[in-house]
Amino acid sequence: MEVSKLPISATQRGKLISAGYTSLSSICSASSSDISRGTQTAWDMLQEEQESLARITTSCADLDNILGGGIGCREVTEIGGVPGIGKTQLGIQLAVNVQIPVEFGGLGGKAIYIDTEGSFMVERALQIAEACVEDMLEYNRFLRNDCQVKTQPKDILENIFYFRICSYTEQSAVINYLDKFVSEHKDVKVVIIDSIAFHFRHGFVDLALRTRVLSGIALKLMNLAKKFSLAVVLLNQVTTKYTEGSFQLCLALGDSWSHCCTNRLILYWNSNERHAYIDKSPYLRSASASYSVTSRGIRNSTSRSKRIKMMI
Amino acid sequence: MANKLISEMRLPKSIANIFAARNITTAKDALSLTELELMKLLDVELSEVRSALALMSEIVCPPYQTALLLMEQRAATEHLGGHLPTRLKGLDAALCGGVPFGVVTELVGPPGTGKTQFCLKLSLLAALPAHYGGLDGGVIYIDVESTFSSRRMIEMGASSFPEIFHSKGMAQEMAGRILVLQPTSLSEFTESLEKIKVSLLQNQVKLLVIDSMEALVPGGHEQRAPGQHPLSWHISLITSLAEFSRIPIVVTNQVRPQSHDESCLYPFQVQKMDRILKDRTRYYSHIVAVLGFHWAHAVTIRLVLEAKSGQRFMNVEKSPTSPPLAFSFTINPSGISLLTDDGTEMVVPETCNLSSR
Repeated sequence: MEVSKLPISATQRGKLISAGYTSLSSICSASSSDISRGTQTAWDMLQEEQESLARITTSCADLDNILGGGIGCREVTEIGGVPGIGKTQLGIQLAVNVQIPVEFGGLGGKAIYIDTEGSFMVERALQIAEACVEDMLEYNRFLRNDCQVKTQPKDILENIFYFRICSYTEQSAVINYLDKFVSEHKDVKVVIIDSIAFHFRHGFVDLALRTRVLSGIALKLMNLAKKFSLAVVLLNQVTTKYTEGSFQLCLALGDSWSHCCTNRLILYWNSNERHAYIDKSPYLRSASASYSVTSRGIRNSTSRSKRIKMMI
Repeated sequence: MANKLISEMRLPKSIANIFAARNITTAKDALSLTELELMKLLDVELSEVRSALALMSEIVCPPYQTALLLMEQRAATEHLGGHLPTRLKGLDAALCGGVPFGVVTELVGPPGTGKTQFCLKLSLLAALPAHYGGLDGGVIYIDVESTFSSRRMIEMGASSFPEIFHSKGMAQEMAGRILVLQPTSLSEFTESLEKIKVSLLQNQVKLLVIDSMEALVPGGHEQRAPGQHPLSWHISLITSLAEFSRIPIVVTNQVRPQSHDESCLYPFQVQKMDRILKDRTRYYSHIVAVLGFHWAHAVTIRLVLEAKSGQRFMNVEKSPTSPPLAFSFTINPSGISLLTDDGTEMVVPETCNLSSR
C-alpha cells in the first residue's frame, strides 16, 4: 500500500515520503531508531548539557541568579517588555559580555546582532564596551591576577556582527543564512534578534501563514542553538489583550508564538524599579529580580529594599 | 531586497524553472512559505528545497557590518558622527552630540509647553550652513495644526545668529530651505509622505519634523480597541525613511489623561497584586501617550516637556545613551535655553505627574 494513501496528516506523509518510505512494507521493515533519526536518550542529553554549562552573564548579579548564572547556550531565550524598559540595553550588554575572555569567566565568543527596528546605537555599545574593559581591569587589580587584559573597547565592537533587516523576508533570509555564517565564524556564541516581532506585526494579512512562518523560524533558531552550542536571544514587544474583563499586557505575536521559545523573561516596571520575571522555563524557577540600567550598562539595582521574590 | 527576482539569482536551472512554473517569482514569495509547503507545491525533495532556500537567503540577506565599522563610517561621513546639535549643552551631552540621525525623536507634552518652539529652532539649526553648526540642507516641516510661525522662526534666527541674519539675502535663503506642508486630512498626509520619500532619496532634505502626530488620528483620543492602528503604515514608513536617508526625524505628540480602567499589567502581576498596589503602578499608562505601544516602540528618544509650578522642564525620558534627566528651561527670543547645563537625574514616576499650564 502506498504511503500517500495512508490516513495520516499531509505533513507526516511528506516526512515519510521525503525520507524515502513510499510503501507500507518499507516502513514495516524499518526499526524505530531508523525512522526516528536524530533522537537521543535523556542520559546522553544530560551529558551534553553538562559539557556546555557556559552561560552569558548579564552583569547584574540578581538577574544572573534567577537565570541560573546567565543566559544559557543551546537554548532560545525570549525577552519581552514595554518600550523603554531596557530590552535593547540588555541585548547590547549580552553582545559585549559574550566576549569576556575565558580567564575572566566568560565565553570569549563573538556576537551576531540582528536589528529589525534600527534601535542599535553604536555610541551606547561603545559606552558598555568601555565599562566592561574597565571592570575587567578592576577585577584583575583586585585579584592581583597575572592574566593581562588585552581587549580594547574597539576590539569588542569589532566582534559584533551587525545585520540590519528591513522586512520579514529579509528576516527569514538572515535566519536561513545564519547556518552558513556561523559555520564560517565558529566563535559566534550569541545571536540576538532585536526585535523578533517588528516585521511580523504589520506586514501580514494572513495570520495563519504568520503562525506557520514563525514556528518555522523558531525551529531553525533552536536547531542553530543546538548545532553550534550558542545562545539565541529574541527581544519581543508588548501589546494589550482583553482578558478577564480588562486589558492586560502580553508579549506580541500571539499565543502560538509563546510556545516556541525555551525560556521567556518579562521585563517590567514595579514601583519605580525595573524588574525581570521568569515567565516560562523548563528548568528555572519562577522568580523575579530587580536590575537597573546605568551609564555603564545593566547592573544591580541600588534600592535598599530589593530582594529576589520567589513565586510558586 | 525582498522583491528580488528568483530568475536573477543564478540558482541551478532545474530548480529555478520549477519556481517559475509555480509562479513563485520573488524571494518574498518563496520565503513566505514554510519548507514543507514549498516541498509540496514544487513537488521536489526537502533537501533540494533547503539548498535552494539557503542560496536564496544568502543572496537576499543584507551584508553584515561590524559595530566598529559602523561607528567609524559614521564618524567619518556624518556631521558629528550622526547628530544634529541642539545648542543646549546639557541636552547635547546627554544625547551624545545632539538629535541623532536615522531614528525618531519624540517630543511629548501638554499644549503650551514649548514643543513647537523646539521644532522651529531645530528646523532653523538644520538649515544653517555647516560652519555655523548646521546641516546645510533642506527641512520638511509637516504642520498639522497650523502652528508654524515663520515670523517666530526668523525672530529666533535673528536673535541667536545676528551675524548671519543681518544680511537680508541670508534670512530669505534660510527660510527658503524650510518647506512647510499643511495636510488637512490623513489621506493628504499619506500623499505628502510619499512625495517626501522621493526628495529624501535625492538627498537634499536633512530634517523632517511632524507637528503633531496625534492630530492626524481620526477619532481623537478615545481608547482604541486592539487591532490595526490607523497610523501603523505611516509609523513603519517614517521609521524606515529616517533610517535609509540617515536623517533625524522629530515628531511631537500629546499626552492623554489617565483613564481609570487602564490597568496595564501582565497577567502574573494581576494575580499577585491587591487593589492598592494596582493603582500605584498605573503611572505607566501616560508614557504610552496617545498613539499606543506600536508608536512607543518605534520611537528611540522621548523628550517630555512639562510645566510645574511656573517652571518648565524638559525630561529625557527614553534614551539609549542617557539615564532619565530633567533640564529646566525657558523660552526666550532666541528659542529655548537651559537654565543649567547639568540635568537632574529623575526617578521615573516623577515624569508621570504631568500638569498643563
